[in-house]
Amino acid sequence: MALPSYTTSGQRLFYYFYLFFCGTVFFFLIAPLVAIIPISFSVSPFMIFTEGMLTFPPDPEAWSLRWYRYMVGICTDKSLTTPCGNKWMYATVNSFFVGLTSTFIATSLGTLAALGLSRPHMPYKGLIMSILISPMIVPLIITAAGMFFFYARFNLVYTFTGIIMAHVALATPFVVITVTATLVGFDTNMTKASQSLGAKPIRTFFKVIMPLILPGVISGALFAFITSFDEVVIVMFMASLDQLTIPKQMWAGIRQEISPVILCMATCLVVLSILLLSTVEILRRRAERLRGIKAR
Amino acid sequence: MEVKITTNTEILTTDGIPLRVSLKKTERKNKLRAFLLVFPLLLFILITFVVPIGDMLMRSVDDSHINTVFPKTFEEYEKWDGQDLPPEEVYRAIFDELATGEGIQVGKALTRMNYSKSGWKSLIKKTRRQIKKIVKSGELPVSYKDTLIEIHKGWGDPTFWIAMNQMINETTSIYYWNAMDRTFDIDGSVVKQNEERRIYVRTWWRTLEVSIYVTFFCLILGFPVAHLLANLPLRYSNLLMIFVLLPFWTSLLVRTTAWIVMLQQNGVINGILVWLGIINDDQRIQMVYNMTGTIIAMTQILLPFMILPLYSVMKVIPKSHMRAAQNLGAKPARAFYKVYLPQTIPGISAGGLLVFVLAIGYYITPALVGGKDGQLIGHWIAYHLKTTLNWGLCSALGSILLVLMLVLYWLYNKIVGIDNIKLG
Repeated sequence: MALPSYTTSGQRLFYYFYLFFCGTVFFFLIAPLVAIIPISFSVSPFMIFTEGMLTFPPDPEAWSLRWYRYMVGICTDKSLTTPCGNKWMYATVNSFFVGLTSTFIATSLGTLAALGLSRPHMPYKGLIMSILISPMIVPLIITAAGMFFFYARFNLVYTFTGIIMAHVALATPFVVITVTATLVGFDTNMTKASQSLGAKPIRTFFKVIMPLILPGVISGALFAFITSFDEVVIVMFMASLDQLTIPKQMWAGIRQEISPVILCMATCLVVLSILLLSTVEILRRRAERLRGIKAR
Repeated sequence: MEVKITTNTEILTTDGIPLRVSLKKTERKNKLRAFLLVFPLLLFILITFVVPIGDMLMRSVDDSHINTVFPKTFEEYEKWDGQDLPPEEVYRAIFDELATGEGIQVGKALTRMNYSKSGWKSLIKKTRRQIKKIVKSGELPVSYKDTLIEIHKGWGDPTFWIAMNQMINETTSIYYWNAMDRTFDIDGSVVKQNEERRIYVRTWWRTLEVSIYVTFFCLILGFPVAHLLANLPLRYSNLLMIFVLLPFWTSLLVRTTAWIVMLQQNGVINGILVWLGIINDDQRIQMVYNMTGTIIAMTQILLPFMILPLYSVMKVIPKSHMRAAQNLGAKPARAFYKVYLPQTIPGISAGGLLVFVLAIGYYITPALVGGKDGQLIGHWIAYHLKTTLNWGLCSALGSILLVLMLVLYWLYNKIVGIDNIKLG
């Protein structure tokens, strides 16, 4: 987007202002996420940049891993007054358990449904599709209220089963959407060819369909995982301390003891999201490349 | 002239079945197969999501519980002509039902009765203790009416009895009126709540206000960025896209926490301002735990939802349009306004509506950074769900919000189509 030579100085000024404005917005988007990372390595018990952190050369006294030690449950630091325990690790295990279980169920159900929805013979497609993606549309607080009342009747509140059911419902729309999008370019002649060569439907599915739609399924699964892993409203109402997850513990942490240990967990989550984002991007580019070859 | 083609013999398949029948059969089979694939998820979503939401809608008008606690009283009550005080039978029925009723169930009913007229709860609680004593002593009263009035003079107050009329039906609209700061007068007419209890209308308006602000700021900030991303060469725009997508993928709580760190009084922004000498150390600005904090944090969190739809629309606008307009003599500003902007309208409406709809239902971020005056309607839904246990009002607030959302989504669907939601 270099400027052509005939631009007036006014236009030139406007253009630089425009670039500056965009730069500020990018800064606005990313700065908060970056700012928390150094503070998580601070010695101070407050979530601030201490003077020692800002001096040059850096003062080694101002930096430490004490909050990370605290997070993983190493309680050797006697100067800490807040109760130290394995709460964060317990929450992490629970989060992964709930997240992975929900992802598995959501991906299986969602992929099957997407296969059905992509068939030309599907009756009431629009209606069914809008029912299936409705959990994504309804605000979480309404979903949480409705589920809380209803699940309480069956004693599912404060159980892992209840939370996983809720998370699967919230996560499937993402799987349905991504897999359906992958199936748009799917050549149905492939399945016909496979079947005419004598493969049973199950074999066709695993040998022909699955490898082709796998990128979409993986993207969907990652979306499903992050939905469950980051979900906080449902667990706030439907989880007891036994089902403590990372978001629930963070929520409690922000409300009660504002200490940098929250930022340590936040830093870990930012790293996790970078990993997930890169995976999805790689898969998307791969799919684009494959499609490009097909079109030629 | 009409040409009629008639065949006497139907076309048959090799099995001897008419082709028409055979095709229909295959068609049906295919439909069934497709449906069977979708069925497990459909059933799951219906049970775990749609039915609970429906249950909530029912609960917002449900008033049946109290009928299970005082069935006899209500039956006798309906025979009363409404003059003066109810007859002896009503007093007798309520005496018996209070004596035999299960504590928890009566307690729930009392909470409900108090919504219609305050004072019911304390009246009955006091009476119940006395009734228990009387029953224990074994000397049943001669006149239940006189005994009850003797226990508490409230039983001689006809307003309590008139208010009971609102609870006879198994459905009620009281929660919806409450959600709009209205209530029933004792004679059943709708009146405004007392001044100090009018909180919901104000919160509804604030919810709309914050959502409009957030949508507006998202548009102002998102439009140039989407334009830049759409016009840069792919290798730069892909790189810059990370700045948009990373917040999108990061936990909501992380981003909210990050904003607390940035905006608090000894936070990063105040620190920079002090360091630059713009403000003095004792003039640090309060930017979080109020409405400003809510708007700033929500704008950053929802910005990707504005940029992505705008980007996908701007991506396909040919660059030659602007050049052609300028070639024909339009100044850049005029060319932008007349040629470029109209073509981005679908993106603006899609992104705007998406951000607005998401903002209206927000709960977590306002709850953490909103302080006292930055709370949206979600706060009251959560409050009645967990703290006051006024589930009827909670459901009514939720139902109103839900209907509002559905209307907006219907609009969204009209404008862009729900299938066009893209992820990343």
